[in-house]
Amino acid sequence: MATTLTPVLSARWGVEESWSLRAYTDNGGYTALRTALATDPADLISAIKDSGLRGRGGAGFPAGMKWGFLPPSDGGPRYLVVNADESEPGTCKDTPLMMADPHLLVEGTIITAFAIGCHQAFIYVRGEILHVYRRVLEAVAQAREAGYLGTDILGSGFDLEIVVHAGAGAYICGEETALLDSLEGRRGQPRLKPPFPAVAGLYARPTVINNVETIASVPSIVARGADWFRSMGTDKSTGFGLFSLSGHVTRPGQYEAPLGITLRELLDMAGGVREGHHLKFWTPGGSSTPLLTDAHLDVPLDYEAVAEAGSMLGTRALQIFDETTCVVRAISRWTDFYAHESCGKCTPCREGTYWMKQILARIEHGQGTMEDLDTLLDVCDNILGRAFCALGDGATSTVTSGIALFRDEFAAHITGAGCPFDPVASALFDYTPRARREGRELSGMPAGTGGA
Amino acid sequence: MIEPYEGDKLARLEADAAAITARYPDPRSGLLPLLHLVQSEDGYVTGEGIAFCARTLGLSTAEVSGVATFYTQYKRHPCGTYNVGVCTNTLCAIMGGDAIFDELSEHLGIGHDETTDDGAITLERIECNAACDYAPVMMVNWEFFDHQTPQSAAEIVDTLRAGDQVVPTRGADSVASFTEMSRVLAGFPDGRGGEGIGAGEPTLVGLRLAKDKGWEAPELPVAEPPPTRAQEEPVEPVPGGEQSSVDTPAAPPEGGTADTETGREPSEEA
Repeated sequence: MATTLTPVLSARWGVEESWSLRAYTDNGGYTALRTALATDPADLISAIKDSGLRGRGGAGFPAGMKWGFLPPSDGGPRYLVVNADESEPGTCKDTPLMMADPHLLVEGTIITAFAIGCHQAFIYVRGEILHVYRRVLEAVAQAREAGYLGTDILGSGFDLEIVVHAGAGAYICGEETALLDSLEGRRGQPRLKPPFPAVAGLYARPTVINNVETIASVPSIVARGADWFRSMGTDKSTGFGLFSLSGHVTRPGQYEAPLGITLRELLDMAGGVREGHHLKFWTPGGSSTPLLTDAHLDVPLDYEAVAEAGSMLGTRALQIFDETTCVVRAISRWTDFYAHESCGKCTPCREGTYWMKQILARIEHGQGTMEDLDTLLDVCDNILGRAFCALGDGATSTVTSGIALFRDEFAAHITGAGCPFDPVASALFDYTPRARREGRELSGMPAGTGGA
Repeated sequence: MIEPYEGDKLARLEADAAAITARYPDPRSGLLPLLHLVQSEDGYVTGEGIAFCARTLGLSTAEVSGVATFYTQYKRHPCGTYNVGVCTNTLCAIMGGDAIFDELSEHLGIGHDETTDDGAITLERIECNAACDYAPVMMVNWEFFDHQTPQSAAEIVDTLRAGDQVVPTRGADSVASFTEMSRVLAGFPDGRGGEGIGAGEPTLVGLRLAKDKGWEAPELPVAEPPPTRAQEEPVEPVPGGEQSSVDTPAAPPEGGTADTETGREPSEEA
């Protein structure tokens, strides 16, 4: 096997009371902070630029460059906001990271704040992960108690406070400008860019927003250097990342590996697709990334190669579906999600997802027409590139790729008057569907009732 | 005009509200925690709660309502002591979440966003809760109950309705009530972060495999780069230069679409 796992972010997850300050410091925690505080902030930014670290929240924008966009200090406040609002369907990396090792995030936040000259940072944690919120809240309190936060941190003269802020249930708040509006106490709706947050972000002040995993990667780069980081991964997609395998796989979970590892390698490590079945389709980076199939098992999972294969690396949320899965059901449900989560600000996304949800529901339940497929693609065409933010674009990814890859299966739902798949076959346990017990033979939910 | 509370309750909430707004450079940033706070007091976001938030921040009640109705965790009508959410987003649904929701709905005799007559359980379909490697997932007051089946889910709600406690798979040692949970989300710690485990089996699966195989991140200094694809021809980094295909417009939400051909003019990302 060419590629092996490289636990860095996940290295401490197995130790006893891994979330505690003691476990963190006993295992090397907060030493990178001491190094950083003795370094010129400009050199820290250079180190992150040199490392090639790219944003781990999905977009893959170079982190050091993002920091470098901040204008020169005008003496007023500037802010660091950590995006811990993990909500992209399939994405499940930041949540276990913060649950097992919240101090890693806190240390990364302090170092980043120091590097960019910020004295007030915010960690915006999704409100629907209570225990993670508790852990991060307590980690910040412990760090403050230990002198890693507050005034004159470790005698450096640097001051920093971190507020851990809970969201309240809105996928859109993972979009960075929507997150800022939410953090300002408003409906979480995206802002027009420019101005970019680096220029006018939180309270219209210069602001850096980074994903949890990005910030958590910073301490190791400070401790071991940009060259070390670049020794992993590919030349444009450097370093390591958490690959989250879920679905019809023997051992789902978190696999921390260099970018550029392939799904074939990861599946080997995870014991393969569940026994007796084979891969049908998968998402490389969550439900906003176009579907791939078994033809893409050897695509290196880095930003460039996945883009070349017609999809996106996204958040490395590898949702694996075997041949028992109805692709129409899968896409229909994802579309319910986008319709539910559309913030309503722009017409293409608000109206487009509303209609796509209904068209997909009727196709899934045998009431669609072949013309519906063209309508779906037409609606997608009117959303992609016309939506106000990338959430709208993302709503089209699985629809357009799904129809391109599995048009026959869509047609079978239309001409065969219903879903040819048995939902029991794809579930992880045996059961008798309620509809079957009650003499109705439709899979899943009644048309149009999807979405929370 | 609804009065925002009175007496001791008002005094207590005013003290909490002052602690919340003091965290932020601009008090309005306290609105989400304030809404969690009034929910912790009343069990849902009441008219009084809206009025209280509005008065605290100098906003109109319409502005506060506009925010409260945007977020799904704020409830606008009384709900149960335990909010039971079954993930029916694609991955969990297919792994069995649909069957679990159907079972609970039938078992409890309620549908989505409805509450049992005894006031114990509010049932919800929820979206992906960032635990796909533990599918199918159910949340009780936003604590994780991983690897559910229709039977296990029914047992959990039966136990809760009987007034007994249940233990999250990854979370505190017991489930806080809806109001207790809401107070934590308002930013008032309940001291329970040390309870429970750090990681479940799927979280640790890669780490354990690496240990078994002796795989580690490379040491410093690197004598020889690992044999990954691009290491064969090392390329010098170009700080601040063209790094990849990411010079596309807006940064997407988690897992977004920066590589998508959007038809927009590329612009400088920040």
